Amino acid sequence: MSVTIIAIAEQRNGEIKKTSFETIRKARGVADELGGTLKALIIGNAVNDAAKKLGKYGAENVIAVNNEKLAHYSTTGYTKVVAEVVKKENAQMIFLSATAFGKDLAPCVAARVDGAVAADCTELNVDGGDIIATRPVYAGKALVDVKVEAPVKIYTLRPNVFPAGDPDESGSEANVEEVTVEISDDDLKSKVTEITETSKGKLDVTEADIIVSGGRGLKSPDNFYLIEELAEVLGAAVGASRAVVDAGWRPHDEQVGQTGKTVSPVLYIAVGISGAVQHLAGMSSSKYIVAINKDNDAPIFQVADYGIVGDALEIVPVLKEELKKNLGK
Amino acid sequence: MKIAVCVSHVPDTETKVKIGSDGRTIDPSGVNYIVNPYDEFAIEEALKIREKDGGEVLAVSLGGDSNKETLRKALAMGADKAVLLKDKDVRDSFAVAKGIAEYLKGYEPDLILVGKQSIDYDNLQVGGLIAEFLGIPSVSVVVKLEIADGKLKAEREIEGAHEFVEASLPCVVSAQRGLNEPRYPSLKGIMQAKKKPIEEVEAAKADSRVKVLAMKKPPEKQPGKIVGEGPEAVPELVRLLHEEAKVI
Ligand SMILES: Cc1cc2nc3c(=O)[nH]c(=O)nc-3n(C[C@H](O)[C@H](O)[C@H](O)COP(=O)(O)OP(=O)(O)OC[C@H]3O[C@@H](n4cnc5c(N)ncnc54)[C@H](O)[C@@H]3O)c2cc1C
Ligand SMILES: Nc1ncnc2c1ncn2[C@@H]1O[C@H](COP(=O)(O)O)[C@@H](O)[C@H]1O
Repeated sequence: MSVTIIAIAEQRNGEIKKTSFETIRKARGVADELGGTLKALIIGNAVNDAAKKLGKYGAENVIAVNNEKLAHYSTTGYTKVVAEVVKKENAQMIFLSATAFGKDLAPCVAARVDGAVAADCTELNVDGGDIIATRPVYAGKALVDVKVEAPVKIYTLRPNVFPAGDPDESGSEANVEEVTVEISDDDLKSKVTEITETSKGKLDVTEADIIVSGGRGLKSPDNFYLIEELAEVLGAAVGASRAVVDAGWRPHDEQVGQTGKTVSPVLYIAVGISGAVQHLAGMSSSKYIVAINKDNDAPIFQVADYGIVGDALEIVPVLKEELKKNLGK
Repeated sequence: MKIAVCVSHVPDTETKVKIGSDGRTIDPSGVNYIVNPYDEFAIEEALKIREKDGGEVLAVSLGGDSNKETLRKALAMGADKAVLLKDKDVRDSFAVAKGIAEYLKGYEPDLILVGKQSIDYDNLQVGGLIAEFLGIPSVSVVVKLEIADGKLKAEREIEGAHEFVEASLPCVVSAQRGLNEPRYPSLKGIMQAKKKPIEEVEAAKADSRVKVLAMKKPPEKQPGKIVGEGPEAVPELVRLLHEEAKVI
């Protein structure tokens, strides 16, 4: 029996998230290897235009569920939609991104469709007719290979790990099939009533390719402008150690680490951060790590690809200027 | 309000992970276990709600005998009662949630608080699963919570934004850092906790659905190079990022 995979695309205000392209691209690869069928699913209100774009990332067929009651996210409402589509398509696998949306939705869907979730996968390999998923545990201090044994197998994919690739410009727009799902008030036992951007136009650490993070070595919250300016030159997100979040210098949604966010950017620049195990747990899977610290024994240098020993307050401004030159800004 | 708080018992964040001899779990020798840090926010929130609206707080943990230490901490912080759902085998989120949901069917809480994630397996699933097993809503990664008139309003963190959610009670809420400042158990609390009984019940068993085939260490990072000292080292760093790493 050939397998049907549903890959769920996430949109905010009709804009599809980059991580969804990563997930769909990977789902396409897995579907091809398994000789199965892939259908993308997008939920919201008036999302057909967004749906068409998914064709350029490997989803020729997209199911769009439009309902004004689903314009904003609702855990219970979206769970119902996914469960109905899975049933209608007789799907055996679901792929989502391990974003706030995917991590919220996946377990609820699992319970409803008699499935189970391999969460936050960093590798998916097809082995015979099955998938072996690799996922970090103990905040990345170890990895486990897992196999899901359930009627519906659900995988959430860690953002920034699977390449989305460039859109296939030759590829056609996706075929969009509209599916109606009735949503009653009872289906909306929980619903989002409002969204506020916490960081206008600012990138979130979990979505950034480059992160510039600051720690207590910056000495004072007033010096964080150095980090912000460096991040701006690089188009990077600003991160922080727990020490500076606890001190109230930075908001906690910037905290990287075991009890903060787990990130895997291409480049992570740690400025004035000692590199405590709890911090490393959140960022050691970054592709390249740069450390700037005045103490050449700081543990951060153990994981850094490149390090500069010295005073961050002197080094960062020079680094900013040098990068500006280099990037032609 | 009847509030259930689910607490898990996890290795300390300082733990150096060693793979056990079975090749599938960690070697527990020398590992210090603590209350899952996110669950402290859940306990604190439960206590705050009880202090305001009255009611009772029940701490629930599923696992082996050692989980009693974590339940004892919840009691010391101020929980009224604790129950250990006994299960000596390591289970996945699905089985853990099933065991907890089965027990809570009998307790009928108005609110169930969990942590955002257990810092051992980092599954982020137990809350959502419990909610669905009980047919109630859930809100995850909550940084602010208000309860009034049988409804709740929560603020949850998503990438670069906050969502404001309304949900009916009973509901499962998962606590994120920022929700509150967990209290330290007082000496009196610790003394009282020693006297409070911990109920022990066999957990309803369900099979794990996510089978661990092997556990391994992540690839070792090569120790990096110190490019130099002070601002003079900056041009060389930029060159390396550009030409060797090719990341800028
Ligand atoms: C349960 C638990 C969970 C935790 N979770 C996290 C987490 O998620 N994330 C996290 O980050 N931490 C976490 N921690 C805290 C962690 O243990 C460290 O305390 C924290 O990461 C230290 O932050 P820091 O490196 O900014 O500060 P410090 O350790 O104080 O280090 C400051 C560094 O700056 C350097 N420095 C000083 N002056 C300068 C200068 N002028 N120029 C350059 N360098 C300078 C110093 O050499 C030092 O290395 C957790 C701890 C616990 C117990
Ligand atoms: N064995 C357990 N016993 C009680 N509660 C648990 C257990 N495992 C997980 N939880 C709860 O579920 C939350 C999320 O865990 P997880 O889904 O495993 O990341 C934790 O923060 C706990 O509140």
